Amino acid sequence: MAWSVLSPLLTLLVMKMVFTQFFGRTTPHYTTYLFCGNLIFSCFNESTGQGMTSLMSNAGIFTKVNVPKYLFLLSKNVQTLINFGLTLCVFFLFCILDGITFTWKFVLLLYPVACLVLFNIGVGLILSALFVFFRDIQYLWSVFTMLLMYMSAIFYTIDGYSYNVQCLFLLNPIYLFIRYFRKIVIEATIPTIWFHLLMTADVIIVVGIGCWMYKKYNARFLYYV
Amino acid sequence: MAVLEVKNVSIRYMTGDFKDIGLKEYVMRKLKGDYHVREFWADRDITFSLERGEMLGIIGTNGAGKSTLLKAVAGIMEPTKGKVKRQGSIAALLELASGFDGDLTVRENSYLRGAMLGYTRRFMDETYDSIIDFAELKDFQDRPFKQLSSGMKSRLAFSIASLVQPDILILDEVLSVGDGAFRKKSEAKMREIIAGGATTILVSHSVRQVEELCDKVLWLDKGRQIAFGGAQSLCGLYQRYLDKDLTLEQAEALTAPQAGGAPPS
Repeated sequence: MAWSVLSPLLTLLVMKMVFTQFFGRTTPHYTTYLFCGNLIFSCFNESTGQGMTSLMSNAGIFTKVNVPKYLFLLSKNVQTLINFGLTLCVFFLFCILDGITFTWKFVLLLYPVACLVLFNIGVGLILSALFVFFRDIQYLWSVFTMLLMYMSAIFYTIDGYSYNVQCLFLLNPIYLFIRYFRKIVIEATIPTIWFHLLMTADVIIVVGIGCWMYKKYNARFLYYV
Repeated sequence: MAVLEVKNVSIRYMTGDFKDIGLKEYVMRKLKGDYHVREFWADRDITFSLERGEMLGIIGTNGAGKSTLLKAVAGIMEPTKGKVKRQGSIAALLELASGFDGDLTVRENSYLRGAMLGYTRRFMDETYDSIIDFAELKDFQDRPFKQLSSGMKSRLAFSIASLVQPDILILDEVLSVGDGAFRKKSEAKMREIIAGGATTILVSHSVRQVEELCDKVLWLDKGRQIAFGGAQSLCGLYQRYLDKDLTLEQAEALTAPQAGGAPPS
Protein backbone atom coordinates (compact mmCIF):
# COMPACT_ATOMS: atom_id res chain seq x y z
CA MET A 1 0.00 0.00 0.00
CA ALA A 2 2.72 2.47 0.99
CA TRP A 3 4.70 1.52 -2.06
CA SER A 4 1.89 2.24 -4.46
CA VAL A 5 1.89 5.83 -3.18
CA LEU A 6 5.66 6.06 -2.95
CA SER A 7 6.37 4.76 -6.43
CA PRO A 8 4.62 7.59 -8.32
CA LEU A 9 6.36 10.02 -5.97
CA LEU A 10 9.74 8.51 -6.77
CA THR A 11 8.97 8.62 -10.49
CA LEU A 12 8.07 12.24 -10.02
CA LEU A 13 11.36 12.86 -8.25
CA VAL A 14 13.33 11.24 -11.07
CA MET A 15 11.50 13.22 -13.75
CA LYS A 16 11.85 16.42 -11.80
CA MET A 17 15.61 15.91 -11.54
CA VAL A 18 16.08 14.94 -15.16
CA PHE A 19 13.74 17.29 -16.99
CA THR A 20 13.76 20.51 -14.95
CA GLN A 21 16.84 21.62 -16.92
CA PHE A 22 15.06 21.18 -20.26
CA PHE A 23 11.44 22.10 -19.70
CA GLY A 24 11.20 23.43 -16.15
CA ARG A 25 12.39 26.93 -16.93
CA THR A 26 9.70 27.77 -19.43
CA THR A 27 6.78 25.90 -17.85
CA PRO A 28 5.13 27.57 -14.86
CA HIS A 29 4.47 25.31 -11.85
CA TYR A 30 6.54 22.58 -13.45
CA THR A 31 6.34 20.24 -10.42
CA THR A 32 2.55 20.33 -10.51
CA TYR A 33 2.63 20.02 -14.29
CA LEU A 34 4.72 16.84 -13.99
CA PHE A 35 2.64 15.50 -11.12
CA CYS A 36 -0.61 15.85 -13.11
CA GLY A 37 0.85 13.70 -15.86
CA ASN A 38 2.33 11.15 -13.52
CA LEU A 39 -0.77 10.88 -11.39
CA ILE A 40 -3.03 10.01 -14.31
CA PHE A 41 -0.60 7.87 -16.21
CA SER A 42 0.54 5.75 -13.27
CA CYS A 43 -3.08 5.10 -12.31
CA PHE A 44 -3.85 3.99 -15.86
CA ASN A 45 -0.71 1.90 -16.04
CA GLU A 46 -1.28 0.14 -12.72
CA SER A 47 -4.96 -0.47 -13.28
CA THR A 48 -4.66 -1.92 -16.78
CA GLY A 49 -1.45 -3.84 -16.10
CA GLN A 50 -2.96 -5.61 -13.12
CA GLY A 51 -6.41 -5.80 -14.65
CA MET A 52 -5.03 -7.72 -17.62
CA THR A 53 -4.10 -10.78 -15.55
CA SER A 54 -7.09 -10.56 -13.20
CA LEU A 55 -9.34 -12.93 -15.12
CA MET A 56 -6.66 -15.46 -15.98
CA SER A 57 -5.22 -15.69 -12.48
CA ASN A 58 -8.67 -16.49 -11.13
CA ALA A 59 -9.29 -19.24 -13.66
CA GLY A 60 -9.38 -21.71 -10.78
CA ILE A 61 -12.44 -19.96 -9.43
CA PHE A 62 -14.55 -19.24 -12.49
CA THR A 63 -14.12 -22.75 -13.87
CA LYS A 64 -15.50 -24.20 -10.64
CA VAL A 65 -17.98 -21.65 -9.35
CA ASN A 66 -20.58 -19.78 -11.32
CA VAL A 67 -19.57 -16.18 -10.62
CA PRO A 68 -19.84 -13.10 -12.84
CA LYS A 69 -16.46 -12.94 -14.51
CA TYR A 70 -16.07 -9.18 -14.52
CA LEU A 71 -15.95 -9.19 -10.71
CA PHE A 72 -12.26 -10.07 -10.71
CA LEU A 73 -11.43 -7.04 -12.80
CA LEU A 74 -13.66 -4.76 -10.76
CA SER A 75 -12.00 -5.80 -7.50
CA LYS A 76 -8.59 -4.99 -8.97
CA ASN A 77 -9.89 -1.61 -10.08
CA VAL A 78 -11.27 -0.81 -6.65
CA GLN A 79 -7.82 -1.55 -5.26
CA THR A 80 -6.08 0.79 -7.72
CA LEU A 81 -8.74 3.44 -7.13
CA ILE A 82 -7.85 3.46 -3.43
CA ASN A 83 -4.18 3.88 -4.30
CA PHE A 84 -5.14 6.66 -6.69
CA GLY A 85 -7.09 8.39 -3.93
CA LEU A 86 -4.08 8.31 -1.62
CA THR A 87 -1.78 9.68 -4.31
CA LEU A 88 -4.35 12.37 -5.07
CA CYS A 89 -4.14 13.56 -1.44
CA VAL A 90 -0.36 13.84 -1.80
CA PHE A 91 -0.94 15.68 -5.08
CA PHE A 92 -3.05 18.36 -3.38
CA LEU A 93 -0.37 18.67 -0.70
CA PHE A 94 2.19 19.33 -3.43
CA CYS A 95 -0.14 21.88 -5.00
CA ILE A 96 -0.12 23.86 -1.76
CA LEU A 97 3.67 23.70 -1.62
CA ASP A 98 3.85 24.81 -5.24
CA GLY A 99 1.75 27.91 -4.50
CA ILE A 100 -1.37 26.85 -6.42
CA THR A 101 -4.53 28.73 -5.47
CA PHE A 102 -7.46 26.43 -4.85
CA THR A 103 -10.69 27.51 -6.56
CA TRP A 104 -14.20 26.07 -6.67
CA LYS A 105 -13.29 24.69 -10.09
CA PHE A 106 -11.37 21.89 -8.38
CA VAL A 107 -14.72 20.20 -7.86
CA LEU A 108 -14.78 19.62 -11.64
CA LEU A 109 -11.78 17.29 -11.24
CA LEU A 110 -14.36 14.65 -10.32
CA TYR A 111 -15.25 14.49 -14.01
CA PRO A 112 -11.85 13.41 -15.39
CA VAL A 113 -11.42 11.05 -12.41
CA ALA A 114 -14.74 9.37 -13.16
CA CYS A 115 -13.81 9.18 -16.85
CA LEU A 116 -10.42 7.73 -16.00
CA VAL A 117 -11.90 5.06 -13.74
CA LEU A 118 -14.42 3.99 -16.39
CA PHE A 119 -11.77 4.13 -19.09
CA ASN A 120 -9.49 1.90 -16.99
CA ILE A 121 -12.30 -0.59 -16.51
CA GLY A 122 -13.01 -0.60 -20.24
CA VAL A 123 -9.38 -1.16 -21.20
CA GLY A 124 -9.11 -3.74 -18.41
CA LEU A 125 -12.08 -5.67 -19.81
CA ILE A 126 -10.56 -5.74 -23.29
CA LEU A 127 -7.09 -6.68 -22.08
CA SER A 128 -8.17 -9.34 -19.60
CA ALA A 129 -10.29 -11.01 -22.28
CA LEU A 130 -7.47 -10.85 -24.84
CA PHE A 131 -4.99 -12.14 -22.28
CA VAL A 132 -7.00 -15.36 -21.93
CA PHE A 133 -6.63 -15.97 -25.67
CA PHE A 134 -3.12 -14.66 -26.26
CA ARG A 135 -0.66 -14.79 -23.40
CA ASP A 136 1.95 -12.60 -25.09
CA ILE A 137 -0.38 -9.60 -25.01
CA GLN A 138 1.39 -8.50 -21.85
CA TYR A 139 4.67 -7.90 -23.69
CA LEU A 140 2.95 -6.00 -26.46
CA TRP A 141 1.03 -4.01 -23.89
CA SER A 142 4.15 -3.00 -21.97
CA VAL A 143 5.66 -1.69 -25.20
CA PHE A 144 2.43 0.10 -26.00
CA THR A 145 2.22 1.77 -22.59
CA MET A 146 5.76 3.04 -23.03
CA LEU A 147 4.77 4.56 -26.35
CA LEU A 148 1.67 6.00 -24.72
CA MET A 149 3.74 7.53 -21.96
CA TYR A 150 5.91 9.43 -24.44
CA MET A 151 2.84 10.47 -26.41
CA SER A 152 1.01 11.87 -23.41
CA ALA A 153 3.13 14.96 -22.88
CA ILE A 154 3.84 14.05 -19.29
CA PHE A 155 7.10 15.97 -18.96
CA TYR A 156 7.03 18.26 -22.01
CA THR A 157 4.57 20.75 -23.41
CA ILE A 158 3.04 20.46 -26.85
CA ASP A 159 3.21 24.20 -27.53
CA GLY A 160 6.23 23.70 -29.75
CA TYR A 161 4.30 21.59 -32.25
CA SER A 162 2.26 22.91 -35.15
CA TYR A 163 -1.50 23.22 -34.75
CA ASN A 164 -2.19 20.02 -36.69
CA VAL A 165 0.13 17.94 -34.54
CA GLN A 166 -1.40 19.45 -31.42
CA CYS A 167 -4.78 18.23 -32.63
CA LEU A 168 -3.37 14.73 -33.01
CA PHE A 169 -2.66 14.70 -29.27
CA LEU A 170 -6.37 14.99 -28.66
CA LEU A 171 -6.78 11.48 -30.04
CA ASN A 172 -4.99 10.16 -26.98
CA PRO A 173 -7.52 9.76 -24.14
CA ILE A 174 -4.80 9.73 -21.48
CA TYR A 175 -3.59 13.09 -22.74
CA LEU A 176 -7.15 14.43 -22.47
CA PHE A 177 -7.39 13.40 -18.82
CA ILE A 178 -4.00 14.94 -18.03
CA ARG A 179 -4.84 18.11 -19.93
CA TYR A 180 -8.10 18.47 -18.04
CA PHE A 181 -6.26 18.26 -14.71
CA ARG A 182 -3.69 20.84 -15.80
CA LYS A 183 -6.30 23.26 -17.07
CA ILE A 184 -8.19 23.21 -13.79
CA VAL A 185 -5.24 23.09 -11.41
CA ILE A 186 -2.63 25.27 -13.10
CA GLU A 187 -4.58 27.53 -15.43
CA ALA A 188 -7.82 27.60 -13.40
CA THR A 189 -9.89 27.45 -16.60
CA ILE A 190 -12.66 25.05 -17.53
CA PRO A 191 -12.19 23.11 -20.78
CA THR A 192 -14.76 23.53 -23.53
CA ILE A 193 -17.91 21.47 -23.77
CA TRP A 194 -16.39 19.67 -26.79
CA PHE A 195 -13.47 18.61 -24.68
CA HIS A 196 -15.89 17.04 -22.21
CA LEU A 197 -17.78 15.28 -24.96
CA LEU A 198 -14.60 13.94 -26.52
CA MET A 199 -13.64 12.36 -23.21
CA THR A 200 -17.09 10.82 -22.79
CA ALA A 201 -16.96 9.44 -26.32
CA ASP A 202 -13.60 7.76 -25.65
CA VAL A 203 -14.94 6.18 -22.47
CA ILE A 204 -18.12 4.94 -24.14
CA ILE A 205 -16.22 3.37 -27.03
CA VAL A 206 -13.73 1.54 -24.81
CA VAL A 207 -16.25 0.35 -22.22
CA GLY A 208 -18.59 -0.68 -25.04
CA ILE A 209 -15.95 -2.85 -26.71
CA GLY A 210 -14.97 -4.35 -23.35
CA CYS A 211 -18.54 -5.27 -22.40
CA TRP A 212 -19.18 -6.68 -25.86
CA MET A 213 -16.12 -8.93 -25.60
CA TYR A 214 -17.12 -10.19 -22.18
CA LYS A 215 -20.65 -10.85 -23.36
CA LYS A 216 -19.54 -12.61 -26.49
CA TYR A 217 -16.84 -14.79 -24.94
CA ASN A 218 -18.44 -15.29 -21.53
CA ALA A 219 -19.10 -18.99 -22.13
CA ARG A 220 -15.91 -19.56 -24.10
CA PHE A 221 -13.23 -18.32 -21.69
CA LEU A 222 -13.47 -21.73 -20.09
CA TYR A 223 -11.98 -23.54 -23.08
CA TYR A 224 -8.82 -21.50 -23.07
CA VAL A 225 -7.59 -22.00 -19.53
CA MET B 1 -42.90 -29.80 -11.24
CA ALA B 2 -39.34 -30.65 -12.05
CA VAL B 3 -36.70 -28.67 -10.17
CA LEU B 4 -34.05 -29.56 -12.66
CA GLU B 5 -34.62 -30.47 -16.26
CA VAL B 6 -31.80 -31.44 -18.58
CA LYS B 7 -32.98 -31.85 -22.14
CA ASN B 8 -30.90 -33.26 -25.00
CA VAL B 9 -27.78 -31.62 -23.63
CA SER B 10 -24.62 -31.99 -25.68
CA ILE B 11 -21.39 -30.30 -24.76
CA ARG B 12 -18.52 -29.80 -27.14
CA TYR B 13 -15.05 -29.06 -25.95
CA MET B 14 -12.57 -27.42 -28.22
CA THR B 15 -9.07 -28.77 -28.01
CA GLY B 16 -6.03 -28.16 -30.09
CA ASP B 17 -3.46 -25.53 -30.82
CA PHE B 18 -5.21 -22.46 -29.51
CA LYS B 19 -4.39 -23.03 -25.87
CA ASP B 20 -1.40 -21.35 -24.29
CA ILE B 21 -0.18 -19.83 -27.51
CA GLY B 22 0.59 -16.19 -27.97
CA LEU B 23 -0.39 -13.86 -30.74
CA LYS B 24 2.99 -14.39 -32.40
CA GLU B 25 2.63 -18.16 -32.42
CA TYR B 26 -0.98 -17.87 -33.60
CA VAL B 27 -0.03 -15.77 -36.61
CA MET B 28 2.92 -18.05 -37.43
CA ARG B 29 0.78 -21.16 -37.29
CA LYS B 30 -1.98 -19.57 -39.35
CA LEU B 31 0.55 -18.61 -42.00
CA LYS B 32 2.07 -22.08 -42.08
CA GLY B 33 -1.33 -23.70 -42.09
CA ASP B 34 -0.36 -25.56 -38.95
CA TYR B 35 -3.28 -24.38 -36.86
CA HIS B 36 -5.71 -27.10 -35.91
CA VAL B 37 -8.71 -27.05 -33.65
CA ARG B 38 -10.37 -30.31 -32.87
CA GLU B 39 -13.82 -30.86 -31.51
CA PHE B 40 -14.44 -33.20 -28.70
CA TRP B 41 -17.90 -34.07 -27.50
CA ALA B 42 -17.75 -34.54 -23.77
CA ASP B 43 -21.47 -35.19 -23.52
CA ARG B 44 -23.97 -36.20 -26.15
CA ASP B 45 -27.70 -36.01 -25.90
CA ILE B 46 -28.18 -36.33 -22.17
CA THR B 47 -31.75 -36.12 -20.93
CA PHE B 48 -33.08 -36.43 -17.42
CA SER B 49 -35.18 -34.53 -14.92
CA LEU B 50 -35.30 -34.40 -11.15
CA GLU B 51 -38.12 -33.62 -8.78
CA ARG B 52 -37.83 -31.79 -5.50
CA GLY B 53 -36.05 -33.82 -2.83
CA GLU B 54 -34.66 -36.41 -5.19
CA MET B 55 -31.04 -37.46 -5.13
CA LEU B 56 -29.34 -38.38 -8.35
CA GLY B 57 -26.14 -40.36 -8.54
CA ILE B 58 -24.04 -40.09 -11.67
CA ILE B 59 -21.89 -43.10 -12.33
CA GLY B 60 -19.47 -43.97 -15.07
CA THR B 61 -15.80 -44.61 -15.64
CA ASN B 62 -13.19 -41.87 -15.88
CA GLY B 63 -13.75 -39.55 -18.83
CA ALA B 64 -17.43 -40.36 -19.08
CA GLY B 65 -18.35 -36.68 -19.06
CA LYS B 66 -19.67 -36.54 -15.51
CA SER B 67 -17.88 -33.42 -14.36
CA THR B 68 -18.61 -31.62 -17.63
CA LEU B 69 -22.29 -32.38 -17.26
CA LEU B 70 -22.21 -31.02 -13.71
CA LYS B 71 -20.59 -27.82 -14.97
CA ALA B 72 -23.46 -27.36 -17.38
CA VAL B 73 -26.00 -28.03 -14.64
CA ALA B 74 -24.26 -25.56 -12.35
CA GLY B 75 -24.29 -22.91 -15.07
CA ILE B 76 -20.52 -22.65 -15.32
CA MET B 77 -20.63 -23.91 -18.89
CA GLU B 78 -23.29 -23.41 -21.46
CA PRO B 79 -24.39 -26.54 -23.29
CA THR B 80 -23.52 -26.48 -26.98
CA LYS B 81 -26.91 -27.98 -27.73
CA GLY B 82 -29.95 -28.58 -25.61
CA LYS B 83 -31.30 -26.87 -22.54
CA VAL B 84 -30.80 -26.93 -18.80
CA LYS B 85 -33.70 -25.61 -16.76
CA ARG B 86 -33.21 -25.01 -13.06
CA GLN B 87 -35.38 -23.62 -10.34
CA GLY B 88 -34.03 -22.11 -7.15
CA SER B 89 -30.56 -21.52 -5.83
CA ILE B 90 -27.75 -23.85 -6.71
CA ALA B 91 -24.52 -24.68 -4.87
CA ALA B 92 -21.89 -26.66 -6.68
CA LEU B 93 -18.88 -28.34 -5.17
CA LEU B 94 -16.57 -29.28 -7.99
CA GLU B 95 -13.03 -30.27 -7.16
CA LEU B 96 -13.30 -29.12 -3.62
CA ALA B 97 -10.16 -27.39 -2.56
CA SER B 98 -10.01 -25.15 -5.60
CA GLY B 99 -11.42 -21.68 -5.44
CA PHE B 100 -9.94 -21.02 -2.06
CA ASP B 101 -7.19 -18.50 -1.47
CA GLY B 102 -4.22 -20.09 0.24
CA ASP B 103 -3.02 -16.90 1.88
CA LEU B 104 -6.31 -15.98 3.52
CA THR B 105 -7.31 -17.49 6.83
CA VAL B 106 -9.92 -20.18 7.22
CA ARG B 107 -12.40 -17.60 8.44
CA GLU B 108 -11.82 -15.26 5.50
CA ASN B 109 -12.03 -18.14 3.07
CA SER B 110 -15.37 -19.21 4.52
CA TYR B 111 -16.78 -15.75 3.87
CA LEU B 112 -15.22 -15.65 0.42
CA ARG B 113 -16.75 -18.97 -0.55
CA GLY B 114 -20.05 -17.92 0.98
CA ALA B 115 -19.99 -14.77 -1.13
CA MET B 116 -19.24 -16.78 -4.26
CA LEU B 117 -22.19 -19.04 -3.53
CA GLY B 118 -24.29 -15.91 -3.32
CA TYR B 119 -24.88 -15.49 0.41
CA THR B 120 -24.98 -12.21 2.23
CA ARG B 121 -22.55 -11.18 4.90
CA ARG B 122 -25.25 -11.22 7.55
CA PHE B 123 -26.24 -14.76 6.63
CA MET B 124 -22.62 -15.85 6.87
CA ASP B 125 -22.25 -14.12 10.26
CA GLU B 126 -25.15 -16.21 11.49
CA THR B 127 -24.04 -19.52 10.06
CA TYR B 128 -20.28 -19.20 10.39
CA ASP B 129 -20.07 -20.84 13.81
CA SER B 130 -22.05 -23.86 12.79
CA ILE B 131 -19.95 -24.20 9.63
CA ILE B 132 -16.75 -24.28 11.65
CA ASP B 133 -18.28 -26.62 14.21
CA PHE B 134 -19.37 -29.03 11.53
CA ALA B 135 -15.98 -28.96 9.81
CA GLU B 136 -14.29 -29.48 13.20
CA LEU B 137 -11.87 -26.66 12.49
CA LYS B 138 -12.45 -24.55 15.58
CA ASP B 139 -8.75 -24.49 16.47
CA PHE B 140 -7.71 -23.55 12.94
CA GLN B 141 -9.97 -20.57 12.30
CA ASP B 142 -7.22 -17.99 12.02
CA ARG B 143 -4.63 -20.13 10.31
CA PRO B 144 -3.75 -19.50 6.67
CA PHE B 145 -5.71 -21.85 4.46
CA LYS B 146 -2.61 -23.37 2.86
CA GLN B 147 -1.54 -24.82 6.20
CA LEU B 148 -4.56 -27.11 6.34
CA SER B 149 -4.38 -30.72 5.26
CA SER B 150 -6.29 -31.65 2.13
CA GLY B 151 -8.87 -33.52 4.21
CA MET B 152 -9.49 -30.43 6.32
CA LYS B 153 -9.89 -28.30 3.19
CA SER B 154 -12.55 -30.57 1.76
CA ARG B 155 -14.28 -30.72 5.13
CA LEU B 156 -14.55 -26.96 5.17
CA ALA B 157 -15.79 -26.83 1.58
CA PHE B 158 -18.42 -29.45 2.26
CA SER B 159 -19.56 -27.73 5.45
CA ILE B 160 -20.03 -24.39 3.73
CA ALA B 161 -21.93 -25.80 0.79
CA SER B 162 -24.17 -28.03 2.87
CA LEU B 163 -24.98 -25.62 5.69
CA VAL B 164 -26.16 -22.85 3.44
CA GLN B 165 -29.24 -24.83 2.36
CA PRO B 166 -29.34 -24.52 -1.41
CA ASP B 167 -32.27 -25.78 -3.45
CA ILE B 168 -29.96 -27.79 -5.66
CA LEU B 169 -26.69 -29.16 -4.32
CA ILE B 170 -24.04 -30.60 -6.61
CA LEU B 171 -21.31 -32.78 -5.14
CA ASP B 172 -18.46 -34.04 -7.27
CA GLU B 173 -16.42 -36.72 -5.54
CA VAL B 174 -16.97 -34.89 -2.32
CA LEU B 175 -18.07 -37.56 0.06
CA SER B 176 -15.05 -39.71 -0.58
CA VAL B 177 -12.83 -37.27 1.29
CA GLY B 178 -12.17 -36.91 4.95
CA ASP B 179 -11.70 -39.68 7.45
CA GLY B 180 -14.25 -42.38 8.19
CA ALA B 181 -15.90 -40.45 11.02
CA PHE B 182 -16.37 -37.35 8.91
CA ARG B 183 -17.66 -39.39 6.01
CA LYS B 184 -20.37 -40.85 8.24
CA LYS B 185 -21.24 -37.39 9.47
CA SER B 186 -21.41 -35.95 5.97
CA GLU B 187 -23.60 -38.79 4.73
CA ALA B 188 -25.95 -38.13 7.62
CA LYS B 189 -25.91 -34.46 6.70
CA MET B 190 -26.72 -35.32 3.11
CA ARG B 191 -29.77 -37.29 4.19
CA GLU B 192 -30.84 -34.33 6.30
CA ILE B 193 -30.51 -31.95 3.35
CA ILE B 194 -32.53 -34.24 1.11
CA ALA B 195 -35.16 -34.64 3.80
CA GLY B 196 -35.30 -30.84 3.91
CA GLY B 197 -36.39 -30.88 0.29
CA ALA B 198 -33.15 -30.11 -1.53
CA THR B 199 -32.40 -31.79 -4.81
CA THR B 200 -28.94 -33.27 -4.88
CA ILE B 201 -26.62 -34.58 -7.54
CA LEU B 202 -23.77 -36.77 -6.47
CA VAL B 203 -20.88 -38.03 -8.51
CA SER B 204 -19.06 -40.87 -6.92
CA HIS B 205 -16.90 -43.81 -7.88
CA SER B 206 -18.20 -45.72 -4.91
CA VAL B 207 -21.12 -47.80 -6.17
CA ARG B 208 -22.06 -48.70 -2.61
CA GLN B 209 -22.38 -45.04 -1.66
CA VAL B 210 -24.54 -44.23 -4.67
CA GLU B 211 -26.74 -47.25 -3.99
CA GLU B 212 -27.23 -46.25 -0.35
CA LEU B 213 -27.82 -42.53 -0.82
CA CYS B 214 -29.44 -42.00 -4.19
CA ASP B 215 -32.83 -42.88 -5.53
CA LYS B 216 -32.07 -42.15 -9.19
CA VAL B 217 -28.98 -43.01 -11.18
CA LEU B 218 -27.59 -41.65 -14.44
CA TRP B 219 -25.05 -43.89 -16.13
CA LEU B 220 -22.68 -42.23 -18.56
CA ASP B 221 -19.99 -43.74 -20.72
CA LYS B 222 -17.70 -41.70 -22.98
CA GLY B 223 -20.30 -38.94 -23.13
CA ARG B 224 -23.18 -41.23 -24.00
CA GLN B 225 -26.15 -41.77 -21.76
CA ILE B 226 -26.35 -45.50 -21.12
CA ALA B 227 -29.27 -45.41 -18.75
CA PHE B 228 -31.30 -43.28 -16.36
CA GLY B 229 -33.47 -44.85 -13.75
CA GLY B 230 -33.87 -46.27 -10.28
CA ALA B 231 -30.74 -46.65 -8.21
CA GLN B 232 -31.08 -50.23 -6.99
CA SER B 233 -31.22 -52.01 -10.31
CA LEU B 234 -28.83 -49.74 -12.21
CA CYS B 235 -26.16 -49.97 -9.56
CA GLY B 236 -26.37 -53.73 -9.79
CA LEU B 237 -25.92 -53.61 -13.56
CA TYR B 238 -23.08 -51.11 -13.27
CA GLN B 239 -21.30 -53.32 -10.76
CA ARG B 240 -21.67 -56.26 -13.14
CA TYR B 241 -20.27 -54.09 -15.95
CA LEU B 242 -17.30 -53.14 -13.78
CA ASP B 243 -16.74 -56.84 -13.04
CA LYS B 244 -16.71 -57.44 -16.83
CA ASP B 245 -19.76 -59.59 -16.38
CA LEU B 246 -21.79 -57.45 -18.76
CA THR B 247 -21.01 -55.36 -21.85
CA LEU B 248 -22.33 -51.87 -22.43
CA GLU B 249 -24.58 -53.11 -25.22
CA GLN B 250 -26.15 -55.71 -22.99
CA ALA B 251 -26.65 -53.12 -20.27
CA GLU B 252 -28.32 -50.78 -22.74
CA ALA B 253 -30.49 -53.57 -24.05
CA LEU B 254 -31.55 -54.43 -20.51
CA THR B 255 -32.55 -50.88 -19.69
CA ALA B 256 -33.71 -49.58 -23.08
CA PRO B 257 -37.16 -51.13 -23.65
CA GLN B 258 -38.92 -49.06 -21.02
CA ALA B 259 -39.59 -45.50 -22.02
CA GLY B 260 -37.38 -43.12 -20.08
CA GLY B 261 -35.05 -45.98 -19.37
CA ALA B 262 -36.74 -47.27 -16.24
CA PRO B 263 -34.87 -50.52 -15.69
CA PRO B 264 -36.41 -53.87 -14.88
CA SER B 265 -36.20 -54.79 -11.24
